[in-house]
Amino acid sequence: MKTYLPSMFIVERDSDRCIQCKVCVNQCSFNVHSFDASENAVVSDEKNCVGCHRCVVFCPTGALNIRRNTLDYRDNYNWRPENIEDILKQAETGGVLLTGMGNDKAYRVYWDHMVLNASQVTNPSIDPLREPMELVTYLGRKPDRIEFDSHTHKLTTVMPPQVRLSLPVMFSAMSYGAVSLNVQKSLAKAAEQTGTFWNTGEGGLHSSLYKYAANTIVQVASGRFGVHSDYLNAGRIVEIKIGQGAKPGIGGHLPGEKVTAEVSHTRMIPRGTDALSPAPQHDIYSIEDLSQLIYAIKEATNYEKLVSVKIAAVHNSAAIASGIVRAGADMIVIDGLRGSTGAAPKIIRDNVGIPIEMALAAVDTRLREENIRNQASLVIAGGIRNSGDIAKAIALGADAVYIGTAALMALGCTACQQCHTGKCAWGICTSDLALTKRINPEIGARRLSNLLRSWAIELKDILGGMGINALESLRGNRLHLRGVDLSDTEMKILGIRPIGA
Amino acid sequence: MTHTSDQVTNRIKDMDAGVLHTRELNALLKNATADGTDKVILHNVCGQRYIGTGISKPVTIEVNGTPGNDLGSFLNGPTIIVHGNAQDGCGNTMNEGEIIVHGHAGDITGLSARGGRIFIREGVGYRAGIHMKEYGDKKPVIVIGGSAQDFFGEYMAGGIMVLLGLNIQKGDKHNTRYVGTGMHGGVIYLRGKIDADQLGKEVGSAELDQDDQRILKELVEQFSAYFDLDAYRIMNHDFTKLFPLYLRPYGRLYAY
Repeated sequence: MKTYLPSMFIVERDSDRCIQCKVCVNQCSFNVHSFDASENAVVSDEKNCVGCHRCVVFCPTGALNIRRNTLDYRDNYNWRPENIEDILKQAETGGVLLTGMGNDKAYRVYWDHMVLNASQVTNPSIDPLREPMELVTYLGRKPDRIEFDSHTHKLTTVMPPQVRLSLPVMFSAMSYGAVSLNVQKSLAKAAEQTGTFWNTGEGGLHSSLYKYAANTIVQVASGRFGVHSDYLNAGRIVEIKIGQGAKPGIGGHLPGEKVTAEVSHTRMIPRGTDALSPAPQHDIYSIEDLSQLIYAIKEATNYEKLVSVKIAAVHNSAAIASGIVRAGADMIVIDGLRGSTGAAPKIIRDNVGIPIEMALAAVDTRLREENIRNQASLVIAGGIRNSGDIAKAIALGADAVYIGTAALMALGCTACQQCHTGKCAWGICTSDLALTKRINPEIGARRLSNLLRSWAIELKDILGGMGINALESLRGNRLHLRGVDLSDTEMKILGIRPIGA
Repeated sequence: MTHTSDQVTNRIKDMDAGVLHTRELNALLKNATADGTDKVILHNVCGQRYIGTGISKPVTIEVNGTPGNDLGSFLNGPTIIVHGNAQDGCGNTMNEGEIIVHGHAGDITGLSARGGRIFIREGVGYRAGIHMKEYGDKKPVIVIGGSAQDFFGEYMAGGIMVLLGLNIQKGDKHNTRYVGTGMHGGVIYLRGKIDADQLGKEVGSAELDQDDQRILKELVEQFSAYFDLDAYRIMNHDFTKLFPLYLRPYGRLYAY
């Protein structure tokens, strides 16, 4: 069938600069550039271009530019080019539109409608360059009260297991199979170097990564891929994945093409078969069932690990979170509307779930009202872009944040949304060995560690400006936030006052 | 404070589960098996969960009474023999070992099992063997003497399930529906009659070939030995083999 889909991008090649070196031909995994021997020239077939800009970055003479094909149809607010193209794709395939990355729609980004405070006169600001600043965060259940021996002043309360983060940022779950082993190695190394955690996702733990156990979160999801006793005991935190911000209520299908020999070994499924993660976990149909799995994991790990439960941010997150804490979780993860994915139905990604800012505020408020906030740490995910977002999240009540997309961007990702094709030209979201070697784990880890180091310094600057010397003093301190251009209802849910008040 | 009277005899220990909380019982059980004990016999078990979970060695645990949910979840080596009924989640995500139940088992028996064997003398509840998988020589097996509720072998990705239906009267058929819905690996051997409309649309049926007969015979013999039944009489009957029609049932669902 002839496709009516126009090219999404225009490839501009400056013929004065192009030296026919074929770097673009080798770098492009979407077959845009090729060498025409009869013409002795590199040519481009722009209909395949996904706009990842790999060729632009690697062209040694700066001869290439990729522009969005703006598609100047007759103006129509309802029938925008994206709507037309989606219909064409479905008319030509009859399939569910699949996509990668997070929700790209213009839903309000609440981080951009909140501003932070700073000290002036009445409370001195602190210079973080010369004074000690504390970003350390301990995740885990905190007892309702603690007791000390009156003579030795030593703690007599037996503390539940805690894990130490040197800064309140961890790497989100990204499974082996969705991302390459070199990406996971980069994340694991960076987590070790920085004193934080990376998360296996639900694809099992490759044997070469067991050495990063002290900085690892292992995930148990509906597919139970690679889940066994050694795996559960390998990490410091075991995370039960109920949902994901990019696709709340939806399972996952790792396509057979991505299930290579190594992936199949780690997931413990035959090579080339689809790895199906059902939408629900079939042993969890209620909070009581969730509790049963939480304690099954605790029994399997001798009550030495934190058990985390990750859910997508949905309308009723606050009540669900309350149930999760009462079910015995030591940590709750909420993944918002803009949370990313290696593959999701586009219609789900773009229309289901709520922004993380609102979910976070609602959950933290609810747990405080019920006097159970201390019983579980609260971690959020879904679109965190910079240290400003993190400071605002901490002020709204988060203990820490997960970053996924931001971490991949540190490795080169430009959010071209082709993760589901397995052809990632940046070598990130692929299991093609020719592409995965584009990520060098040493360099990848350095890039990720640099990012976290920058954010740690910035967070200290933000805290110092507020006259605060420990992150703990900002946590849940919503007085440090003010709302810009928000309705009264929105500010009520966020628990913040407007600017000027 | 302990309710147990640990008596070591020939590396066999007796323990009274009685009113112990799940966590207390399992702690005692882990402790009891830490010293090279071969067998622990639990008495008066009354709803305690996760029995056998977290013990990664080939010990035998005999359960007298009624164990709670998730018996042997993440099981990694032990053999559990239940003189009574098992509840929901028996053998949940098990990796290695055996569970032998002299009675019924509840829903999601052997959910996501990746290795080991489960033998249930009587029937099982809903979604038995859901999402079982296999890799290399790790091939989980579930043999059920009685009948099963709906969604038997749903999402099955590997392993072997045997449904004997020994309780089904002559002329009657199995009543389980949606058998193997979403199945994309493994095999089910079913003794007795089942109609095509009781099967998931991803499931094919065929007669057993010689390899199937050999595999089935070995499993039925093991089952019969455990429950003192006549393997020959069980085998001397019609069987159907159920298998996945597609390795990738959802491969053509998407547009890119």
